[in-house]
Amino acid sequence: MTTQVLNSRVNKTMNKTKLSFLILLLVGLVAPFAIYPVFLMKLLCFALFACAFNLMLGYGGLLSFGHAAFLATGGYITGHTIMQWGLTPELGVLAGTLCSAGMGFIFGKLAIRRQGIYFAMITLALSQLVFFLYVQTPFTGGENGLQGIPRGELFGLFSLEGNLPMYYFVLAVFVIGFAVIYRTIHSPFGQILKAIRENEPRAVSLGYDVDKFKLVAFVISAALAGLAGSTKSLVFQLASLTDAHWHMSGEVILMTLLGGVGTIFGPIVGAATVVTLQNYLSQGPLASWVPVILGLIFVICVLLFRSGIVGEIQKFMKKNFN
Amino acid sequence: MSQDFVLETQGLIKEFKGFTAVDDVNLQVQRGHIHALIGPNGAGKTTCFNLLTKFLTPTHGKILFNGTDITRQSPTDIAKMGMVRSFQISAVFPHLSVLDNVRIALQRKLGTSFHFWKSERSLDVLNDRAMALLEEVDLAKWADTVTVEMPYGRKRALELATTLALEPELMLLDEPTQGMGHEDVERVMALIKKVSVGRTILMVEHNLHVVSSLSDRITVLQRGAVLTEGPYEEVSRNPQVREAYMGSEAA
Repeated sequence: MTTQVLNSRVNKTMNKTKLSFLILLLVGLVAPFAIYPVFLMKLLCFALFACAFNLMLGYGGLLSFGHAAFLATGGYITGHTIMQWGLTPELGVLAGTLCSAGMGFIFGKLAIRRQGIYFAMITLALSQLVFFLYVQTPFTGGENGLQGIPRGELFGLFSLEGNLPMYYFVLAVFVIGFAVIYRTIHSPFGQILKAIRENEPRAVSLGYDVDKFKLVAFVISAALAGLAGSTKSLVFQLASLTDAHWHMSGEVILMTLLGGVGTIFGPIVGAATVVTLQNYLSQGPLASWVPVILGLIFVICVLLFRSGIVGEIQKFMKKNFN
Repeated sequence: MSQDFVLETQGLIKEFKGFTAVDDVNLQVQRGHIHALIGPNGAGKTTCFNLLTKFLTPTHGKILFNGTDITRQSPTDIAKMGMVRSFQISAVFPHLSVLDNVRIALQRKLGTSFHFWKSERSLDVLNDRAMALLEEVDLAKWADTVTVEMPYGRKRALELATTLALEPELMLLDEPTQGMGHEDVERVMALIKKVSVGRTILMVEHNLHVVSSLSDRITVLQRGAVLTEGPYEEVSRNPQVREAYMGSEAA
């Protein structure tokens, strides 16, 4: 009987989440008619990036300070394969994603044995290594980056040159990426991942090889960060060093913390907030103050609402409507 | 010697930078016994325990589990072999439900733990077994509580249920009644007695009342070395043991 009660409760929360998904999807479908599509695409790319990062921090309990490397790798590989090999956009994006996954595997292999600050430092060091590699190697175009990446034709059939078709392509990519993350969290694998986050020695004593679980999670996270980078390079038709810089690794941490670590919608809200702020502030008189304002918000977030925007809303709902 | 030992150590030594925490310990745990490891603070009980469960690597010596040398195995490997440990502070997954805690232990046997593409509903087949285990430790009505909200004694019971889920041949309990009120101690003792049927248990314990009423055999450690070994009556009469405990136990 208890199991049934439990199941019905689980189903209720599942339905609520499903309803939120549906509403978000509808909003996503009509949004480009109200808001500038390029801005929306940028937002979606960063939201996916933050969600991928959140899988590692929020569900794996590991703070990676090197996710910029995966974002950049996705972008460069996609740009290169489309420009030099003439791949169609979906294949270019796939290539970028796979290369990021491969890089994630190498990073993970080297870093996962360490915990906490050491894990963060190793991932940072490795991503700096990748940064300097990309400054030097000719295929990235160095300081200039890869410019004028053609958006091409999806499956060789549908042109993505217009902003509206491109937007729906990005939306589809985002939905797929988000679905992968959601399923990963709510899978047998996700259960063990949560167990490891909650109490690692106990997970070991139950016979789970925790390093392998962390590695798989890291590769998934890296692949999805790469997917975000690949898609972004198509949107802006540009792959540049900005994506590889450690600022980017910091920014994704900010987005995730601001939105709410370990919540499914938190990174999306966080990414939306940061991207919107950057966009609007950079047009006004406060343009040169953007980093300061973001920093200030970050400090306030850490001091006052540590569980992030979505985390605080969830707490509030629980307190008042349960 | 035709006795059947589940766990055996031969000349176990652990040194930490010039300090010998465990000094030449030869321990033999007989199948079906509840074996207690006692000793004053700093006697090396927990170090010894961590060596046995492979959370530490011994400096010298051998550890045999069912006659197999496990000295160089990883903690994960020995857990898979059927030797499962508990921890001094309650080892639960605090922000998961009580049912999920047990399911996580059960789930390993399904062999789908790396399947990140499968729905977690595929784990529902384990619910009945998990509920039965919770029933066994009187936690059935707490099944959908978030673990962190349970009282301490209940958490220890949950930990026991989680350990039982693996159907271990040998359970290693690190101070199962530590930090508990009188009632909880009684409950956990009854539980240990109940689950010990058909199993071997090795426990580290401070509470001599627990040790005296549960264990078949006791090993007393002092300054990392074995002081004496035997059934409770014998050990408690030993003057050295009495001295080690400074008369704090008048039994």
